[in-house]
Amino acid sequence: MTETETAFVPAFDDAASEGRKLAIICSKGNLDMAYPGLILANAALGEGVETHLFFTFWGFDMINKQTMADLKFSYLGNTAMHPPGMFGVSMPQGMAGMPGVTALTTKMMKRQIADLDVPEVPEFLDLIHGSGGHLWACRMSADMMKLHEEDLYDGVEGIISASDFIELTEGAQLLFI
Amino acid sequence: MPTTSINGQQVEVNEEGFLLDPSVWTEELGTELARLIGITMTDAHWAPIRFLREDHAVMGETPTLRRVTTQTGIPVKELFALFPGKPAKKMAYVAGLPKPKGCV
Repeated sequence: MTETETAFVPAFDDAASEGRKLAIICSKGNLDMAYPGLILANAALGEGVETHLFFTFWGFDMINKQTMADLKFSYLGNTAMHPPGMFGVSMPQGMAGMPGVTALTTKMMKRQIADLDVPEVPEFLDLIHGSGGHLWACRMSADMMKLHEEDLYDGVEGIISASDFIELTEGAQLLFI
Repeated sequence: MPTTSINGQQVEVNEEGFLLDPSVWTEELGTELARLIGITMTDAHWAPIRFLREDHAVMGETPTLRRVTTQTGIPVKELFALFPGKPAKKMAYVAGLPKPKGCV
């Protein structure tokens, strides 16, 4: 066995990333706005970053057992929307409000996400929870919506106040989505 | 690209230290790569590493952490315990593969 003290090895545990923390506030309940927070949280956890997600207002739909598997996508008010792969082709805003269109656009987006082998929201939460991510629910939102811990995704560690969240994410980098 | 000596074997690595040519990899080399990052290989470690090797051979790319867990049934929590901190990258390194490119 040769001594390999000179071997060039990747710096997996470099001091610079030691103690790095990320806080993500998820405030939206649309399908397309649920993913950025989940993807970034998963990426951060994979890099060994301590990650906390705080679900508030419409973001509660991401952890509410009744809604988390059924988020929807509408392009109403989103002028950037174009049919898949057809850049520069706009879709009439008026059409977005017609009955059945949200169901159709939701189905299309879910298919595109599944094609990339990216999980649906509940399974994504399992992945983040299993990776050691911390999930927190907003106290004021829970009170407004009359929801309790048993109504929420099982991996949610607690319903906490905004100040509790600020306290436990001291020194963290923060994302508001 | 730099060359480094691992277990008495000269291997080409990229700028981060990952093996450049997956075909030079052997389980013996994998054991040594693991040791260099502070991991002692056990059967539990080998299960995902062997999957990475097989999957890379078929798919042409390194599987992401989610793919490892869904395809092998090994809970993601266990992968974090076996390869602490950065399991996807550490597994790729031990398996002599490039780090995964996929986002999820």
